[in-house]
Amino acid sequence: MSGTIYRHELQMHLRSVITWSVALVALIFVFASMFSSFALDAELLNEMMANFPPQLLTAFGLSGVDLSTVLGYFSFVFLFAQICLAIQASNYGFGLVSVEEREWTADFLLAKPVGRSQILTSKLLAALTALAITNLVVWVISLFSVNLYKGDKSFDGGPLILLLLSIVVFQLFFLGVGLAVSLLVRRIRSVTPYAMALGFGMYVLSAFGDLLGEAALEKITPFKHFSPTYIIGHGAWDLPLVAISAAVILISLVASYLLYGRRDIPAAV
Amino acid sequence: MHVIEVDQLTKYYGKARGIIDVSLYVDEGEVFGFIGPNGAGKSTTIRLLLSLIHPTSGSGTIFGKDCIKHGPELRLDIGYLPSEVFYYERMKVIDLLRYSASFYRRDCTQRMHELSELMELELHRRIEDLSYGNRKKVGIVQGLLHQPKLLFLDEPTAGLDPLMQRKFFQLIREENQRGVTVFFSSHILGEVQRMCSRVGIIKEGRIIEIEDIRTLQQNNYKKVRVAAPDLRTAHFDLPGVMNLEQHDGEVRFFYKGDVNPIMRKIGELNLSDVAVEEPTLEEIFMHYYE
Repeated sequence: MSGTIYRHELQMHLRSVITWSVALVALIFVFASMFSSFALDAELLNEMMANFPPQLLTAFGLSGVDLSTVLGYFSFVFLFAQICLAIQASNYGFGLVSVEEREWTADFLLAKPVGRSQILTSKLLAALTALAITNLVVWVISLFSVNLYKGDKSFDGGPLILLLLSIVVFQLFFLGVGLAVSLLVRRIRSVTPYAMALGFGMYVLSAFGDLLGEAALEKITPFKHFSPTYIIGHGAWDLPLVAISAAVILISLVASYLLYGRRDIPAAV
Repeated sequence: MHVIEVDQLTKYYGKARGIIDVSLYVDEGEVFGFIGPNGAGKSTTIRLLLSLIHPTSGSGTIFGKDCIKHGPELRLDIGYLPSEVFYYERMKVIDLLRYSASFYRRDCTQRMHELSELMELELHRRIEDLSYGNRKKVGIVQGLLHQPKLLFLDEPTAGLDPLMQRKFFQLIREENQRGVTVFFSSHILGEVQRMCSRVGIIKEGRIIEIEDIRTLQQNNYKKVRVAAPDLRTAHFDLPGVMNLEQHDGEVRFFYKGDVNPIMRKIGELNLSDVAVEEPTLEEIFMHYYE
């Protein structure tokens, strides 16, 4: 771990962290504010939804959701926050070391007296700090919004805390996979398409896996591992699925250290 | 002690040739010139020694230690100026230099300011606003500010105006007088001739000659120009005569070997003019690449 790289990396993340945090605050706050109007006609809404095909409801994270409770409604809102979190974490993962090669600054950094694993650790910790800041912001705005808009309804805080606790593992999955993939390919020209593909792709797998009739595909997506409706509905994590996430994180991080240690840094020109 | 020792170093990029069986050494306090055209493998050699890339086979040591295994520790005393300079675009020059300095254990502030002043570097501009030449100056300051004991210069002068080039060479000479070893790669022979004590010549990934620069220049070749009335090229039909050309009553050629026979041949003529010179490195060099 090199403090000097960590500080530099964190500074590079700063603008992006602010942007994502502001976006998430706006998203959660605005969606949550609509709860009171939903709650008024919740009975009607639940009845209507019961008539929709179940696949459609799954696709939009609405299956088994009781929109009349504040937590039920929030689990629906949280899915959209997860999409943002996934794209942000993928973005950092794919960009972590590839950005140095794309902008040809790797020569500068790697000619310094630091080892590769030291560089990777510092960069990972900086990215994790950046993600933790976003995570914290989501905690604050979630607790604030739910309490503000719950109206006269009460709720059990436990499942909500479990849901918010899942963010860190969820982020690690996309950070780790993004990093490992970026080290498997020769060169990443632009991070955004990769990050969108991974973040959004995983969502699509979870949402439409049902429709495609490929239930097995769902097993690999953290949107399924940390499904808000499951966590809120059961007041627990789906542990076997969470274990898959944990395994993927572990493998991708180990693979990243190995790959980066052996990597040939391409020369400019 | 050999500061750099390279033993049968080979690098293939997939199937593409990088370098093949490169062996060389550089002594402490030496300025070693590494010459070859673009794509010959100069940068590959330097990047292997900096462990930016990994060898296919062979090994390299710096200060007696394996350059891959002890890379981080070795790089404390190494300065590197790449042929293409790229830095974090959004940073200010001063911040980049401070970032660079923060990797070393000593306080580099004073040296950093000395060098920036010498290279006339504007410290408060952003990297993205700098011209190519100015980026190169950032590279020079960044590569020297920690007072390295070994310098890798990969085509260092590209993009510098002649005035800056002179300052740069002066700077490198001073560093060298302080005992710094320099590995100087270039395809411009004039600058190598000015700076280096020994040269290695690399062609298509292989070393074809390593020679003391004086030996290369003096002991082997003479450049001869003779002007005389009724001059025929057949007159110089002698072993050791090369690249014979005739124009406007003048004959030019290169000569390798004992100088006496050729001087006798010239003496037989009724000369209007004669010149016997040391060839430039460039002229010798072209010979290797023919």
